[in-house]
Amino acid sequence: MAVAAPQRAPEAPTQLRPGRGRDRSPLSLFFVAGLWLSLALAIVFLMTLILTTAIDGAPRLDANLFTEYDSTLFPEKTGARAGILGTMWLMVATALLAVPLGIAAALYLEEFADGRRWYNRLIELNLQNLAAVPSVIYGMLAVAFMSLVGRNQTDIVIGGALALALLILPVIIITTREAIRAVPTEIRDASLALGATPWQTAWRQVLPSAVPGISTGTILALSRAIGEAAPLLLLGVAVSVRFDPNGLLSAFTALPIQVFNWTAASQDEYKTAAAAAIIVLLTMVLLLNGLAIYIRNHFQRRW
Amino acid sequence: MPDIADTQLGLRRRVRPGEILIVSLLRLAAVASIFITVGIVVSLLMPALDFFEQVRVFDFLTGTDWRPNLAPQAFGVLPLVGGTLMTTLVGLLVAVPFGLGAAMYLSEYASRGLRRKLKPVLELLAGVPSVVYGFFALQFITPVVLRDWFGVEVDFTNALSAGIVLGIMIVPTVASLSEDAMSAVPHALRQGSFAMGANRMQTTLRVVFPAATSGIAAAIVLGLSRAVGETMIVALAAGSRPNLSADVREGMQTMTGYIANTASGENVVGSLSYNTLFAVGLLLFAITLVINIISIALVRRLREAY
Repeated sequence: MAVAAPQRAPEAPTQLRPGRGRDRSPLSLFFVAGLWLSLALAIVFLMTLILTTAIDGAPRLDANLFTEYDSTLFPEKTGARAGILGTMWLMVATALLAVPLGIAAALYLEEFADGRRWYNRLIELNLQNLAAVPSVIYGMLAVAFMSLVGRNQTDIVIGGALALALLILPVIIITTREAIRAVPTEIRDASLALGATPWQTAWRQVLPSAVPGISTGTILALSRAIGEAAPLLLLGVAVSVRFDPNGLLSAFTALPIQVFNWTAASQDEYKTAAAAAIIVLLTMVLLLNGLAIYIRNHFQRRW
Repeated sequence: MPDIADTQLGLRRRVRPGEILIVSLLRLAAVASIFITVGIVVSLLMPALDFFEQVRVFDFLTGTDWRPNLAPQAFGVLPLVGGTLMTTLVGLLVAVPFGLGAAMYLSEYASRGLRRKLKPVLELLAGVPSVVYGFFALQFITPVVLRDWFGVEVDFTNALSAGIVLGIMIVPTVASLSEDAMSAVPHALRQGSFAMGANRMQTTLRVVFPAATSGIAAAIVLGLSRAVGETMIVALAAGSRPNLSADVREGMQTMTGYIANTASGENVVGSLSYNTLFAVGLLLFAITLVINIISIALVRRLREAY
């Protein structure tokens, strides 16, 4: 997650390269090998994780996983139906809460705020810190908020969505600001010169130009949100939900919660089910990530 | 940043009520982020204050015995802090060398095309849900890698495997921010180094690395903050036994692990064990706040450098 990444130096016109022979000394070859190994380790780790989990979970990637609810009597045919549906509800509700608020805040900070004023600098500092606050803490915040509005039952869709939306809001604001900042000033100047008001400029010129960048950041943030289990644990979201969530006030369970409980369970059948549920969860996360990368590569404009 | 409303054209002189309304609404959205912080502090502080009415702050911070559920109860938080310290330490020992190695390769060696292919892989690694990492630590790293391959005698849950996986999880954080910092080093410095006859390794280690130190330090500190706050990996793989020990082969509960394990059980709102959650949460928030402020200050210094 890029928190306040410094500006990249412009790419040099030609590839910089010292004389070839100098890079071939044993020591520097050894050094490059070490660097390669660091990257390779990351890739090998990711592959191993996916492969071993797929092998573990393959026997349970059956229809029961998608159609059955969690079962305490028959661990061998426990299912993630409620978790999959719950995670989808959660994702949509989180997006509806976090995206408009995040874009509005980012638009204000980039286009209208005077960055020299102390309160705007405070907001900036505050966002950088919020982006690194542990996710469990957001669960505690959501519990407190729910009791403030008089809801004692916190394991409902809107409670979970609230926690996750607050969690990803700073990330959405930061990535949206980067996307808005990448829009060249000339576009704003031209729009203003043609008589558009500042808001018309922001809404009709700046925001549309920044949409690919904003959607990439938002989708990545959402993919992070649906994998979170920690804040949901605080809300008391349980694994044994044997019905489909049917609204924002409905009790629910989520895929990561089911994975957590099944992993912590002692019977091997549950571990297999956890591996199978992980494959489903990873597929959802990878699809979102793939979508984000696709948007970045195909729609992002470079000026 | 370009301030549209305040350019020399004097656009501000014309009063547009609609625009003022819209901008006020946008400002409200930005100010909401301040309310989140205030909300966090209040929601942690209220139950924590109830807790500290029954347990002295000094006993909480310096006690070495953590037994919140068994009589006689004891609320010394140090074993949990120790658990967090050990898993974080192992995590950094993994993340710093590998994260920096990856960053140096991406910034100084990889061609632009290769970088564009490799960065999404790192992002993917950052995108894997932490509960999945926890499962992997418990099911693969502990039994297969540690016990079978390396023959380390570890408990079923232990700080070592949780820390290793924690480290891998923060490699992308460390790598991507350090890479940004190293890419921001002006090309003139590299050109000068090459012109003096240095090879690429010497340039990377003696010119680019020192020039990017504050950015790299910020990256490591941010990784540290994520390691301290990470919950699901340690809840699954580090164990649920408070254990003040420096032996990473043993199971030990961390602050976040305690919060997760206690929260997933039954708790009566307002009870002492419920309030304990918030006292530990407050301590966790305070620790990460200090770490984050250090990281932000380091990034500031980097920005001033060039």
